[in-house]
Amino acid sequence: MKTTIEPFWWSLFGAGGTLAALFIPITLIINGLAIPLGWLDAPAYENVLQLARHPLARTYLFLLISLSFYHWAHRFRFTLYDGLQLKHLNLLIAVICYGGATVGTIAAGYTLINL
Amino acid sequence: MAVDSLAGNAAVVAGGEMVTLEVFRYRPEEETEPVYQAYEVPVHKDWVVLDALNHIKDHLDGTLSFRWSCRMGVCGSCGMMVNGDATLTCATFVESLLPGPIRVGPLENFPVVRDLIIEMNDFMEKLESVKPWIIRDEEKSLEDGAYLQTPAQLADFKQFSMCINCLLCYAACPVYGLEPSFTGPAVIALAQRYNLDSRDQGAGERNAILNTDEGIWQCTLVGECSVVCPKDVDPAAAIQRYKVSSTLQWYQKLLMPWSGK
Ligand code: SF4
Ligand code: FES
Repeated sequence: MKTTIEPFWWSLFGAGGTLAALFIPITLIINGLAIPLGWLDAPAYENVLQLARHPLARTYLFLLISLSFYHWAHRFRFTLYDGLQLKHLNLLIAVICYGGATVGTIAAGYTLINL
Repeated sequence: MAVDSLAGNAAVVAGGEMVTLEVFRYRPEEETEPVYQAYEVPVHKDWVVLDALNHIKDHLDGTLSFRWSCRMGVCGSCGMMVNGDATLTCATFVESLLPGPIRVGPLENFPVVRDLIIEMNDFMEKLESVKPWIIRDEEKSLEDGAYLQTPAQLADFKQFSMCINCLLCYAACPVYGLEPSFTGPAVIALAQRYNLDSRDQGAGERNAILNTDEGIWQCTLVGECSVVCPKDVDPAAAIQRYKVSSTLQWYQKLLMPWSGK
């Protein structure tokens, strides 16, 4: 049987979509609304840094950022492929999209490790 | 496209309201390009678009060709584009489309044979390729009796068995329009109808066709198939479910290559 790699990309896409839909709104509300509008007291920089350095927080941030990138990559790949009718560039599009997500993942990992 | 009008309607109900139907005409022996032809049809409260087409055929222009049979949403042969939407013409009331004009065309994404009749071989071949019948590793002998099934096991696939092959989902699917090689919604739903049947053992054979780039992985979950489906088959859900189980299998094979299949 002809094997296909699509299940792999699709699972990253699905996981990224689920995580992003659940947690990005929460993150946005806390950091983008609640704290700037004074509903919550702004935590001290050191405390936030300490929190972000916790292994669980690092893992969480890494997964959230990386999988969101792959979610974008998969969606954008099909947008170019079907939406803009660029199917002859299939391979190039895939490399750019998933490659971009991989670069983003590496950058996120590097930043989080060196936090 | 030109719209020529056809006057002279003998069967007009006196004083009755009329509506214009603009009907797609393509007669390969007469014209190289399709045209829309306008017909004035009386409005009856209980008429569906198919009744209006039959009125044209019987009273105005016998050369108009279209398919229909049951007039009750069962045979699946009267699917057309009505004002741009893929729909069963026997289930679409003229009254809901007033004041008109009502534009009737053949189902999109298929070659047209003549007027409103499309060529559906592509679908038939794809349907056959997924073996839409119960496959057994070994058939039981007649003496051993029937294959029993509980109501819960029936419920697992019943929804997908309601498909009437009307092809509305193919006409509505933009991916099929762009990639005619795509297996498409109804065929995948019908394959799932057998995959999920407790009596069937053919999922592996169907997987070779479905778990491919032209099969389920071509689908980008636009979801129009489920919107237009007159039988609530929900082919989009059938495809999503298939994607989930194929993905689990893919990881299983990756992590446990010895696990077979
Ligand atoms: S899945 Fe629905 S829309 Fe598609 S062919 Fe079957 S009944 Fe028609
Ligand atoms: S005529 Fe049979 S479904 Fe419409």
